Amino acid sequence: MHSTNTSGDRTFKTFAIVFLSLLTVCAFLPFLLIVVTSFTSEKSIVENGYKFLPDRLSFEAYTFMLAQASVIFRAYAVSIGVTAVGTAASMLITTMLAYPMSRADFKYRNVLAFVVFFTLLFSGGIVPSYIMWTRAFHLRDTYLALIIPTYLMSGFNVLMVRNYYKFNIPSALIESAQIDGAGEFLIFFKIMIPLSVPVNVTIGLLTGLAYWNDWINALYYISKPQMFGIQNLLIRMMNNLQFLTSGQANGLVNVAIDIPTNAVRMSMAVIGVLPIVIGYPFLQKYLTKGVVVGAVKG
Amino acid sequence: MTQAKKSTNTGPLLIIAAPGLVYLLINNYIPMLGIIIAFKNVDFGKGILNSDWCGLKNFEFLFKTNDAYIMIRNTLLYNLVFIILGTVCAIMIAILMYEVVTSFCSKVFQAGLILPSLISMVVVSYIVYAFLNTETGFINTSILKPLGVEPINWYAEAKYWPFILVIVQIWKTAGYSSIIYIAAIAGIDPSIYEAARIDGAGKVRQIFCITLPQLKPTVVIMVLLAIGHIFSSDFGLFYQVPMNSGSIYNATQTIDTYVYRALMQLGDIGMSSAAGVFQSIVGFVLVLGANYFVRRVDPDSALF
Repeated sequence: MHSTNTSGDRTFKTFAIVFLSLLTVCAFLPFLLIVVTSFTSEKSIVENGYKFLPDRLSFEAYTFMLAQASVIFRAYAVSIGVTAVGTAASMLITTMLAYPMSRADFKYRNVLAFVVFFTLLFSGGIVPSYIMWTRAFHLRDTYLALIIPTYLMSGFNVLMVRNYYKFNIPSALIESAQIDGAGEFLIFFKIMIPLSVPVNVTIGLLTGLAYWNDWINALYYISKPQMFGIQNLLIRMMNNLQFLTSGQANGLVNVAIDIPTNAVRMSMAVIGVLPIVIGYPFLQKYLTKGVVVGAVKG
Repeated sequence: MTQAKKSTNTGPLLIIAAPGLVYLLINNYIPMLGIIIAFKNVDFGKGILNSDWCGLKNFEFLFKTNDAYIMIRNTLLYNLVFIILGTVCAIMIAILMYEVVTSFCSKVFQAGLILPSLISMVVVSYIVYAFLNTETGFINTSILKPLGVEPINWYAEAKYWPFILVIVQIWKTAGYSSIIYIAAIAGIDPSIYEAARIDGAGKVRQIFCITLPQLKPTVVIMVLLAIGHIFSSDFGLFYQVPMNSGSIYNATQTIDTYVYRALMQLGDIGMSSAAGVFQSIVGFVLVLGANYFVRRVDPDSALF
């Protein structure tokens, strides 16, 4: 845009590159530490602590994890299931609520917009929610408790989809479908849902990330460890590594002694963060878009 | 034609909107009515609606405790530091990023700087543990030991936590918050820079005389919105990152962690709901107030 022709400009650009490189290294190094230490031999950690450049590498943490694969896979399955079901359901009901609000000829569009918007301004807090979900809906120790409270729909996302429809879909499209005799349901499911794919990718990623990273619903509503997703398994493991082996019926006492505790902790963190790193290129593109588009108004 | 449609589309469109509305009604609106719990002596035998009113007694008890002072002080001060430092870091990153925006490096920088914002606080707590745990943590074994400093029991000493939590928060959020400022800088009219360059203004001069003043509306809005949330805190940052360590509550207790502990660990519905309702109502007033000021600065950026 502005060409860098003077030497001062070039100096500044060099400075920017050097400084940002340093910041990027600072942002990234902590991840490197957990990855490296997860591959460090337990003996080396006990002697020298967690290091970026360990004396002895080892796969013992991952070998140990492999032996406990059933517990880890179970938690992964819970996390994947909750994320998939929650995100799909969220995208559907969010779009269903947003679309009527975008229709200029819908009588209650402003009422709905206010109902949605007000949830962004005021919240009753966790205590009434907790009492309601546990006492009236009996969600305690059900998988629904991981999906329904808090994350299923955000007013922010509804307004984002509403704006997408409002500014990108010409009303002539709806009118011509109506002239062809299509009813509201047909128009919504056959035309409007397919048209919402771009904005739904963004809110789907935001919602999916929120579900994958959530551990607070389980903290409040789940007391059975076998129902934990990967995040809550991580919390539990931080306090009690033996939990991994306690699931084994033949849990011999000496198993517990051999656990490469320090390395296993870090390998668990690696396993918890892995899906995000794998999906990262995709995530990054749409999340940055989401921030910029997300200037949402009531 | 459209006149006829207007009367017939209401029903079907309401049906389409219904699932979402029902969810908001249950997940958001019923708990809003639930703030009455804070004014009652809840007895589940009688049910919430039939429990006896107790006026402001729960609030009186709450504000008599030392906890109330600590959690409000911590919530406010941490947020204040987060707002100031977070904004400065985000703007700094944005200005530098925009300088290299066309080069390949910018992709790498952005990828690296945003990554921390995508991971859960649980993973963050593991990372912090890798640095801070007493026996094997990186800081104690690789930095303090070579310097001849005695290992520090980080999770037991409250005095270090204000710094730790601020560093963690900035590390996690600065990259992501910079995106909005990068977008704002991209929106500045390039001819202003052109004119400045012709007049002989160097880069640093341009930043202070053009970029920063042009960013002012965005900064004001972001700060005001943050002030609207100054009574809320990230539960994970204050609960999970310090590993729920009791000896450092003094530095890590915020309103959100208090509500959780009072409700789930002490089973004290009166105190926890009083703290929660206090937070909700003050937060609501602050959001309205912040919006009022945003509207005065720039009506287009006001939320409503």
